[in-house]
Formats: sequence, structure tokens, C-alpha cells
Amino acid sequence: MLTLTVNGETRHVDVPPQMPLLWVLRDELGLTGTKFGCGAALCGACTVHVAGEAVRSCQTLVGDVADMEITTIEGLGTPAALHAVQAAWITHQVAQCGYCQSGQIMQAAALLVANPTPTDRDIDDAMDGNLCRCGTYPRIRAAIQTAARTLAEG
Amino acid sequence: MGRLKTYSRRAFLVGSVALAGGVAFGTYLARRDPANPLHSDLPEGAASFNPWVRIDATGITLIAPHMDMGQGAASLQTMLIAEELDLEMGQFTVEFGAPSPAYYNTALAAEGAPFLSSDTGLMAETTRGAMGVLSKVIGLQVTGGSSTVPDSFDKLRVAGAVARETLKAAAAQVHGVAPASLTTEAGAVILPDGTALPYTTLAATAAGIDPIEDVVLRDPAQWRLIGKPVERLDIVAKSTGTLAFGIDQTVEGMVCAAVKLNPAKGAPCRSFDAATARTMPGVRDVVAVTGGVAVIASNTWLAMQAAEAISCDFAPAAYPADQAAHWAAVEAAFTPETLDSEWRNEGDVTAALGTTPIEAEYRAPYLAHQPLEPLNAIARVTPAGVELWGASQMPRFLQQIVAPIAGCKADDVILHNQYAGGSFGHRLEFDNFRYAVEIASQMPGVPVKLTFTRETDFAQDYTRPLAMARARGAVRSGEVVALEMAIASPSVTRSQMARAGAPAPGPDAQIVAGMWNMPYALPNFRAAGHAVTGLAPVSSWRSVGASFAGFFGESFLDELIHAAGLDPMQARIDLCSLPHARKVLETLQDMAWSTPLPTGHARGVALVESFGVPCGEVVEVSLQNGAVKLEKLWVVADVGRVVDPVNMDNLLAGGALFGLGHAMNCEITYAAGAAEQTNFDSHPGLRFAQAPQVFTKALENGPAIRGIGEPPVPPAAPALANAIFALTGQRLREMPFSRAIDFV
Repeated sequence: MLTLTVNGETRHVDVPPQMPLLWVLRDELGLTGTKFGCGAALCGACTVHVAGEAVRSCQTLVGDVADMEITTIEGLGTPAALHAVQAAWITHQVAQCGYCQSGQIMQAAALLVANPTPTDRDIDDAMDGNLCRCGTYPRIRAAIQTAARTLAEG
Repeated sequence: MGRLKTYSRRAFLVGSVALAGGVAFGTYLARRDPANPLHSDLPEGAASFNPWVRIDATGITLIAPHMDMGQGAASLQTMLIAEELDLEMGQFTVEFGAPSPAYYNTALAAEGAPFLSSDTGLMAETTRGAMGVLSKVIGLQVTGGSSTVPDSFDKLRVAGAVARETLKAAAAQVHGVAPASLTTEAGAVILPDGTALPYTTLAATAAGIDPIEDVVLRDPAQWRLIGKPVERLDIVAKSTGTLAFGIDQTVEGMVCAAVKLNPAKGAPCRSFDAATARTMPGVRDVVAVTGGVAVIASNTWLAMQAAEAISCDFAPAAYPADQAAHWAAVEAAFTPETLDSEWRNEGDVTAALGTTPIEAEYRAPYLAHQPLEPLNAIARVTPAGVELWGASQMPRFLQQIVAPIAGCKADDVILHNQYAGGSFGHRLEFDNFRYAVEIASQMPGVPVKLTFTRETDFAQDYTRPLAMARARGAVRSGEVVALEMAIASPSVTRSQMARAGAPAPGPDAQIVAGMWNMPYALPNFRAAGHAVTGLAPVSSWRSVGASFAGFFGESFLDELIHAAGLDPMQARIDLCSLPHARKVLETLQDMAWSTPLPTGHARGVALVESFGVPCGEVVEVSLQNGAVKLEKLWVVADVGRVVDPVNMDNLLAGGALFGLGHAMNCEITYAAGAAEQTNFDSHPGLRFAQAPQVFTKALENGPAIRGIGEPPVPPAAPALANAIFALTGQRLREMPFSRAIDFV
């Protein structure tokens, strides 16, 4: 039995320690906002925060993060209490199919913590591992700039 | 303006015909409307006036039969109903509806007719009408072919108006007032004294009234929703991780499954050894499926790990093992025996070409669909039939496909259609459901959730076909005087319909789509299609044939324009014979072409008409350390009328970026019968940092309302290739372009 801290809650799971965090979140804890895209850290759909860092949960072994703070898209904000990045995503109507957007939002939120005033070049560099098959990249760039302004205004 | 007025009148006439129950078609079967599927399980006190509206005391449900794979179909369809029914966008829930002939798609079938979009002659219109009737008779329920808007625009507004008038009749009956004294607003009937009666309170009464079908659609000047920026219904859920896609569904008692399948698509698995897999953690069972083996476990990852541990003896592919043999088959297919279509042969091409024509050969590779949500399905098989959860673009075909596996009737297959995390044509196929039902049939009563690994999804993807073009042209005295192009490619339509169990008679328009119908007045023009057989199975990939034929046609035309010493934009404008397509080019000239070009940058242009939509694009590129950088992209299309401007902008940009990414970076090649590309490292589409700045504009001059899901894809590749030629002098005649050049 492993003990995890997910979105501020303590959770117990009975899984092999080498199971990727992604599948613990989705199949054991029912946190399906984190998406399975490639299983090989090639698309970014499964991005979550571990100790504040954006990581690919499909390549993160659950046994390695048992003592660390894990945040998923459900913990970043909710429809009733949106994170600034989520609010910007809604303002800019970013999503098409929306399947990559949990990962995009988690990556963007981590970027804005590390770099509150990113240039478009900074955004491209930070987000280049996150694929969007629908081609929402221009709206994501705009939404990140909007979120940066919102966060700066406090 | 005169054109729009004419259009509005035509739209109303079409709407009237639909209201009259199809009298114009003159046969009983065509006149008879299919039964309303909402009536089959309508509880006491609930009302349904047609297959798209259900109201009871607790709420309002609108049915959006075109499923939503990211193109915004749920918002768009319900917006059309809500416009006439006087609902605000938050006042109802949306369902994709059950498989039913009531949800037949008229617009899709009509698009297969071999007539230019500009041809409104008797033969063309009669054929389109007949194909629409056929669609109704066979109950063709399909999401695809950019048909959601043209199929829905009149039909769903009428559905909303019928519901509105019937609710008014119910209010009139209850309160003893004349229906004409009533109005509707925000989900309520308003009495003359201003009292608002919510529709939900009128449902029980309305259920006892025959639907009022004599309705008049609103004047566009009164529209509150159509043509206005509206927040997508799914935008909050998709921004907070709370939208449950097919892959996120759970059913009580569900087990998880993974498959290991022969990567030689369609070939059998001769035997397998699952001894190790059976001992792995969480594994509940291992069962054979067509072409492979499935593992059932308590968790998806455990099932995938165990499936990987099974050793299989796979039979070889029925198609050539290696890519070189695929290309050899295409090269050998330019013969009279393989001629599939020759719908244009104008002027005297042979004479005009003379003895020294300009010649070129073009190639486009196989491509995978690979939406970001991997294929998945939940199936439960019981003596009563099959219950399915997952995303399907062809629900009634799906019923026919899986029913024999479970040994039930097609009508006993229930589908809970789901939001899809992309498709690009992928969910027109059935394998995920087929395998889920094969597994579930072996464990009756237990819901089985099958999830493909990305590697399985790539290996089993029925790709876009590969294609080649051989072209000849001539220029004289600064004019393009002749263009002859033959394209050889496997038939998507025949490959796909064979798997769906449906016939596909006649030539396949998709081999030459976007090329044979290029909207230019060339004095001598010949367009031919040749069908290649015996290769790997193929399917519809966003924009289908126009994704390669448009590239071939617009690139070779660009070669001829340059040979004639002409400006690529002005030459196209001068040649263009379709007024609203010419307006697209002129708009691009104003927005993009005539603006100052930074030193070291270059631009290319292309215009392709697909699905009745002329779409033009300009790409601006530069060189950075020897690599090509995409700086800017302009996308302009004419759809006749814009229903949802936010969605329109998103699809114009997204479709063009989709086209660019695959033209630059992607191909599927075969080795030993298997696709060599197995994940996004070798087939990524467009990456974030490669995306240029995008500028879009939708025009409304065209004679008919059209869909925009696909038309922005085809012009992207030729616009980029033409820009790179302008920048470097290198003419790219083969996709992906990364074979020849580097991109930033």
C-alpha cells in the first residue's frame, strides 16, 4: 500500500510501485482530467505538478513520488473556482477537442510560476513538448499572455 | 447583397420542403419521416416534438446527432435549435442521440455527386437531390465530410420552431388565449400580461398536442445567436479537466482490457504464448481476438503490460511488405486499364502541350490520423444485446458491424456516443468497438473497457492513402495555356466502404478531389484519376483526397505561373472563374500579399476548393541558420454563411496548421508489413514552436451554406511549398517536406 498526497488529500493505493502515476490517477483514483496520450513523454497530455514542477505522469513511477505533493488539473482550479490560466483558456475559447488542454494548462501554470512575464519565445520553448493535434497553439500563446497579466495584477 | 437575398429565399424553400414531409420527392419512402427515436422511452409528462427536442418538468434536452470531435458540433447544432426555440445557451443539456434513421445526413451524400459546385444545372441538382433522398431512405447517420452545418442549418432551425409553436399552443390551451398573442423568450412562453411560463411547466400539456409543423423561420436580421460570438458549451469543462471523453467513462463492475494485434493490418495471429502474461499482477484473463490477443485486468496499465509480454506468431500482410513495393505499384498504375475518372477534358490538351511541355511528378505519403485520445470503447454483452460507450462517427454502421459478433440484432446494439478527443476521420472506423465486443462476448454481463496503446493505435490506423501525380503543362506569351494531370492512388471510398459492409459503385471522386474541380478557366485542361489496388487498407483522413490532390494541383499550377513569369497571386485572380473563390483570393491579396514583405522573407499562395468551400492560404517563411521558419499564415474561406464565428476562426486556423504540420513532418512507411512510425516522435504533426502567427477571415458570398472542418487543410501544403520555392528556388514535389529541407 502506497500513500499519496493528491490535490491536498491523502490517498492510499494498492499498486506496484513501478506503475506510472498517470494510471494511478486515472484508473485507481478516478482523476480522469489527466489524459493518456502517448505513454512515452512525447505529447504532454498527462502533465501534472509534482512538488510544483510540471512532469509527465506517464513516465513518473508512483513509487518515486509517494512523499511529494501531487497536483492535477482538478486540483489547479474548478469550474466554480478557476485558476487564472483556466480562466484565460475560457476567455480565449482555446479548446477544440480539448483532450490536450489539461496538459497544456498544467504546463502553462508551471511556466508562469517560474517565469511570470514570458515572451512568446519563452512560451514556445516551455510548451514545445505539448502537442495539440487540433492546432490551437496561437490561442494558447494568447491565453498564456492573458493569464500572465491577470496573475501580475494579483 | 443580392446574392445573399437569393440565398435566404432558397434556404426558406428548402426548409418548407422539409416541413412538408418531403412531398417534392414524390415517393412514399422518401416522404415518410423516420420514427422519432425519443418517443421510444419517453416518460409520462415529457414531450418530444421531433427527434431533436425533449422537454419534461425537470429540464430541456437537445439532441445533436452530429457527434463532437472538437469541431464544436454540439454547440453549433444546439445553437440552431435554440435560435428558433428561444433558449439561452445554458438552458439545456446536450446528447448526441441514439443510432437512428431519423438522424439521416442529406448533405454528405449530395457531396459525392460528380458535378462542379458551380454547376446548378438540372442534371447536377437532380443527382444531388436523389442522393439526399437515398440518404434518407437508408438512414445514413454520419458525422463527416464537413456536412454538419449544411445538413443541420435548415433542419434544426425548423426543429426549434416546431417546438416553439407547439409550446405556445400548449400555453394557449392552458390559459385560454390565442396562440398569436403569445411570444417566447429565454425558455418560456410569455402571456399577454407578461407572465413567463417556463417550457418545463408546459411539457405535460404539450405532450398531448400534435406538433405544429406550419412554421415560418425567422428573418436573419432577428437572430440572437447565429453569426454572433457564443461561448462553447464545453469550454469550461474542457478547461478544467471535467469533461469526460469516451476514454474517461466508467461503468459499474468494469474491467480493463488491452490488445496485442498483428501490425500487418488484417492478417491473422497464428498462435500465441501467454504463459508469462497470465502470471502478471492484476491479470484476470487472456482471450483470443481477430488478428491477436487480449488481456483483461483490473487496471489499464496492468493490461497493457501483460499484453506486451505475450509472444505472438503473426501471419504476413496481404499487401506488399515494404514501402518501395507500395510506390512501385502506384508508379505502375498510370495505365488506361486503371483509369477511374476523367471528369474534365477541355480544349485540345495534346495540341496545346506541344512538343516540349513542362513536366513534373509529385508524391504524397500514407499518413496516420492519431487524434490525441487513443481509440477506446466500453462494451457489455448480455442476452438482451450489446451496450457500447465510446465515440463513433457512424453509429448505425457500427450497430451492423458489432451485432453479428455478439449474435444479436443490430437494433439491439445501444450506443452511448461520447465527446471525442479529436478524430480527423479516425472514428469513422470500428475496430476499437469490434475488439471490445469480441472480448466482452467472452465474458457475458461484464463491462469491458478497451484502450489502445498509442503504438497499437499507430499500427492499426487505416491511413490516408499515398498518391502520385504526373503532370504536364504549357505556357505561351506570359499565359498558362495547358494543364494536364493524372493522379494515381488507392480508393479511400472503396477501402472504407468495404469495411463498413456497404457498396461503393462508380468512380471515386476522392482520387482527384480538389484538383479536377480547380476553379480556374484554363483553356486546355485534363484531369484524370487512376485507382491503385492491392495496397494497405486506407481511410478518410481530414479533407480526404484534397489533402494530396490539392497539393499536386496547386503546386504544379504555381510552377506554370512562375514559368510564365507571372505574379502567383494576380495570376490566380486572373484565372479564377468562380466569383466567390476569386473574392477569397482578392481578400488574401489585400490582407497578406500586398502588405510589406520583410527582407529575407517570402510568401506562397494556394487556393483549393473542397467540400464546396473555396479556401485560400498565404504562408510567409524565412530562413534561420539554413532552416525554414514559418512566420505567418493567412487563411480565408467562403462558407456562404458563418453560424459560429469563434468556432469558424478556430477551425480555419486549426485546419491550416493541421495541414502544415503533416506536410512538413509526417509520413507512414511500411517495413515487413508494419507501419514504421509508432508514436509521436516519428509522426508529430505540427509542434508548438513551429506554429506561425495566424490571421483568418470567413467570407459569406457563396451560394450555399457549407462546413469548415476540412477545407482549410488542403491549401496549406501547396501554400507552404510555393513559399519555400519563392524563398529558396527549391521546388518541393514530395511530402513530407522534411525529407528535403530542415524546419525550425
